[in-house]
Amino acid sequence: MRRQQTNLIARWLITAVAALVIVPIFLVIGFIFYNGVGALSWEFLTQPPRQGMTQGGIAPAILGTIFLTLGTAIAAIPLGIGAAIYLAEYAGDNRLTRAIRLAIVNLAGIPSIVYGLFGLGMFVLFLDYGTSILAGSLTLGLMTLPVVISTAEEAILAVPREFRVVSLSLGATRWQTIRHQVLPHALPGIITGVILGLGRAAGETAPILFTVAAFYLPDLPRSIFDQTMALPYHLYVISTQVPGMPLSLQYGTALVLMLIVLSMTIVATIIRTAMRRRREW
Amino acid sequence: MNTILSITNLFYKHGDGTEALRNINLDIHANELFVLFGPSRSGKTTLLRLLNRLSDLVEDGRHQGNILFNQQNIFSATTDVTRLRRQISMVFAVPTPLPGTIYDNLVYGLKMAGKRDPALLDERVEKSLRQAALWDEVKDRLRSSAFALSGGQKQRLCLARSLALEPDVILLDNPTSGLDPISTATVEASLFELKKQYTIIMVPHSVQQAARVADRAAFLLEGELIEVGDQSRMFVSPLDQRTEDYVTGRFG
Repeated sequence: MRRQQTNLIARWLITAVAALVIVPIFLVIGFIFYNGVGALSWEFLTQPPRQGMTQGGIAPAILGTIFLTLGTAIAAIPLGIGAAIYLAEYAGDNRLTRAIRLAIVNLAGIPSIVYGLFGLGMFVLFLDYGTSILAGSLTLGLMTLPVVISTAEEAILAVPREFRVVSLSLGATRWQTIRHQVLPHALPGIITGVILGLGRAAGETAPILFTVAAFYLPDLPRSIFDQTMALPYHLYVISTQVPGMPLSLQYGTALVLMLIVLSMTIVATIIRTAMRRRREW
Repeated sequence: MNTILSITNLFYKHGDGTEALRNINLDIHANELFVLFGPSRSGKTTLLRLLNRLSDLVEDGRHQGNILFNQQNIFSATTDVTRLRRQISMVFAVPTPLPGTIYDNLVYGLKMAGKRDPALLDERVEKSLRQAALWDEVKDRLRSSAFALSGGQKQRLCLARSLALEPDVILLDNPTSGLDPISTATVEASLFELKKQYTIIMVPHSVQQAARVADRAAFLLEGELIEVGDQSRMFVSPLDQRTEDYVTGRFG
């Protein structure tokens, strides 16, 4: 009888602990939503900040974050998917492969503020891109690379091996096989990984701190060599650097940032589900 | 007798060092249905996969010796492997359609070879489906998913997919393994038609199937070629005691 009871208690305890994981996410979303929803308005989303940022909207920061996310995508996708294809399809058990894997693990482990400093030294100063969307995108792209590579590699490896063998047996080359039988079927997984990686990049503050983010810049950037405002940095600024900020503006900004990241995650999930449903095997 | 494939002193070692084939010497004649039979792990599939260098996909395997296809050494550095695989085409034990329609499957190899003329593709699709005895069943749904076919239909689709390339040699690795007796009979019947145009090398499902379909047969045991001969001799009065024991079901 005792064993049975212990068994039952263990089961309930573990279930309860697991259920606790759901609580913080609802608390965070609920808290931000409750405090921030009042600030949301058409003006808030479409106007630049006014009166020392204590009034007006956050439009330049929203657009800046969108530009930076696109820039990150352009920087990270080709390199990331290329590396993933190499690792999944071509890599033999050799030094180059081991070096690449080691590099990815280490890239993933570097703190984001270190990326920021690296971006400052490398892109802003050494390559002389200045504090710019270009420098910020490259820095964020670098940071996103490990996520893109590992999710894309996983997606590529999940394509059944038989498709490759059959394709090669019908006289296709290695590249034709990858192009026609592997990548199309790995695409949902790759897209999901890319979007999740970009979602993380969109919310980062440290990497853009020294490389692109502007304290206050109501005008929109005109080229990739311009600075821009960005939501995470703007949030940091209005939360800590500006005296007399209305709380609702801070929470409103946080809410917008959260909704952008959240909607990217949801889009990723929808793409994955839809494409899985269409899968035939 | 026109020799199309000539195997001389062929050895093959797996990555772990085990010897899969030991000193195989064998000539395959054009337009015969040649059967490679023997118990499992005797090296039949390994030999089959060497013939069109699908063995290359296993990177740590090592071969020695020669295979001449129309007098050309297939292991030579100048061999165009993609062309070789179109000339010597493989049908696998497990029917494996590629994702896509029936039509997509049939024209895949041709498209990869750069053939895009729709008239040619259509013609090859119909011809290969007729040869594989599948045309009547699928002619109205060429644009539907290949995965919707039954097991037997899938296997005939895979056969047709190879035939669409108009190869010289067809390799069949136990093509009826998952099929019911009726589907098996359909596939076997189409083989008799096919050997008029193609050379067929087949690993059979059973000794009985080997005896039913073979023109000539080779008995393999633990990587060694024990005996080669005409169907009438191999399955009735084999020369080697081991062949006789296997054919009569004393082991295996």
